[in-house]
Amino acid sequence: MTDISSTGRRLPDRLDNPLKSVVMSWESLLVLVALAIFLANSFASPYFLNAWSLSDLTFNFTEKGLIALAMALVIITGEIDLSVASIIALASTLMGLALQYGADTPTLVAVGIAVGLVCGAFNGFLVTGLKLPSIVVTIGTMSLFRGIAFIILGDQSFKGYPKEFAWFGQGYVWWVVSFELVLFLVAAVIFYVLLHRTNFGRRVFAIGNNATAARFSGVRVDRIKFVLFCLTGLISGIAAVLLTARLGSTRPSIAEGFELDVVTMVVLGGVSIMGGAGSIIGVVIAALIIGLVTFGLGLLNVPGIVMTIFTGSLLIVVIALPILFRMYKERRA
Amino acid sequence: MNRLLKSRETWLALAILAVLVLVTIRFPRFTQPGNLLTIFNDTSILMMLALGQMAVILTRSIDLSVASNLALTGMLVALTNAAFPFIPVPLLIAGCLVVGAALGAFNGILVWKLNIPPIVVTLGTLTIYRGLAFVASGGTWVNASQMSTDFIQLQRGVFLGLPVLSWFAIVVAVLVYILMTRTPWGRAFYAIGVNPVAAVYTGINVGRTKFLAFVLSGALSGLAGYLYVSKYVIASTESAGGYELTVVAACVIGGVSIAGGIGTVGGAILGALFLGVVNNALPVIGVSPFWQMAISGMAILLAVVLNATSERSKGRIILKKAEVAA
Repeated sequence: MTDISSTGRRLPDRLDNPLKSVVMSWESLLVLVALAIFLANSFASPYFLNAWSLSDLTFNFTEKGLIALAMALVIITGEIDLSVASIIALASTLMGLALQYGADTPTLVAVGIAVGLVCGAFNGFLVTGLKLPSIVVTIGTMSLFRGIAFIILGDQSFKGYPKEFAWFGQGYVWWVVSFELVLFLVAAVIFYVLLHRTNFGRRVFAIGNNATAARFSGVRVDRIKFVLFCLTGLISGIAAVLLTARLGSTRPSIAEGFELDVVTMVVLGGVSIMGGAGSIIGVVIAALIIGLVTFGLGLLNVPGIVMTIFTGSLLIVVIALPILFRMYKERRA
Repeated sequence: MNRLLKSRETWLALAILAVLVLVTIRFPRFTQPGNLLTIFNDTSILMMLALGQMAVILTRSIDLSVASNLALTGMLVALTNAAFPFIPVPLLIAGCLVVGAALGAFNGILVWKLNIPPIVVTLGTLTIYRGLAFVASGGTWVNASQMSTDFIQLQRGVFLGLPVLSWFAIVVAVLVYILMTRTPWGRAFYAIGVNPVAAVYTGINVGRTKFLAFVLSGALSGLAGYLYVSKYVIASTESAGGYELTVVAACVIGGVSIAGGIGTVGGAILGALFLGVVNNALPVIGVSPFWQMAISGMAILLAVVLNATSERSKGRIILKKAEVAA
């Protein structure tokens, strides 16, 4: 899925350091978009500027945003993981199964996270061990993981999660600040440091820019990719815990279509789908934008499927704008 | 003979035969000609979509918007038919081809002129087109009672023992085969996939060729839109939901390389047929339909593993083959 004729939107050496030129960066464009939508929301609905409604807003993106953080790293290395939503479905199903055998809350959480990790490792093995293209592998595991959930559950659902378990998806850490939001912010900081401030992060960029060159300079390309797939699986497991706790039930169709929303967040956040470029700050703002758009349109009673027109157009317009601008400048020069 | 044994299509055909034989051992009626024709007919729409997708994948792109294109075009044609039942169906089909091609052209323009990666463009249009289907219908369904008899019955008509729907698939397959193996366009698709830089030096316009692949994929999705709606006699926003990845899966199983440049019309058809046969066989042998997803997932993974091993040993010689054929 590479295209030599299209270049990344920015130079990779600048991308290691997203705060370097704050003014003319992708992130500032995203902040402007976010502010515009925020203002539009506050004018459009009198119910928007209210601590509780702003807090509800965060539930629109925290689970997907968490996965987007890990997915950003995978995409920066030039791979992709389309199975994340199915990992959620499988992890959630097995948590429900554990519940039937009387598992308590800590066990449920452990099951969810462990299933995510195992699924991620399976993807990672197929991609790095057998050297298969990740887009096809994860289309396959996407059907496989959700298929297993369907085999286990059929058209049933698991209900009756313990009260303490519900806290993960519905609990508040401080007044209106939900546990999900805090977890997302903490994870964002961890991923920021990991990608932009460590050698590991530098290697991730190196792989995305030129995997062969990275290999020759001593980067263990396959091991890093494997770790990243495990990480994405693990985070999807955590997201499964959050989502299951929030909904209070498990169906095999849980989180359907999440994978495309997650990829949309990552790409909107300025991560090049070709690999080698991107920043965590961009992804966080993009997640916020998606949350703002869906919540704002929800306040205006716009049906869910029409919202997708806005998110899809946003994705294309935000990415096309700088390109059109550059073409316009080149034509005038 | 040697080449025949090594070819992907032979093995896939054998795999399909094996499934058929295994099922027939227990349920002899499964392979009665009538049922085989039904399976072929059921798979026709997937086949057409897979052929369009193959053209796109050959050029190192991907079209994730096919199912949404199908839903939108299908909705538009059903609404048109409901509102103006006197418009002849062939005219409606032509309209579907044009609308579908226009939606594909929108993808193609963004890829060609703005150089946005195809996966990003079609991820966006995937949501846009399906959303537009909702807007067009106002969220309602168009059901059988609103559709005209011609609209519903056209594809059910039988011509030379085959339903018209199957003939649509056959005609599309023949046309795409001719396009791929007998025209400069076909060679351009392969050339770009094998080596885009070399393709530029041979005078191929890479962007325009990709654009054409998207237009082809869009036009076939549009046609599939009419066929889908009239086959299931309902047009809803959810038509063919999530189908885009099944289409990609059919291509992958059929040996189309996701890295571009490798793939044949026969392979894409057999890939779609394989999914069709498996899906039809599961309920017959008493496997619950809930297994279907897991089994197609396994089939995809198995196909990729086989693909990867055969590609490594053979290298990309498909262009040579195309040259020999031409």
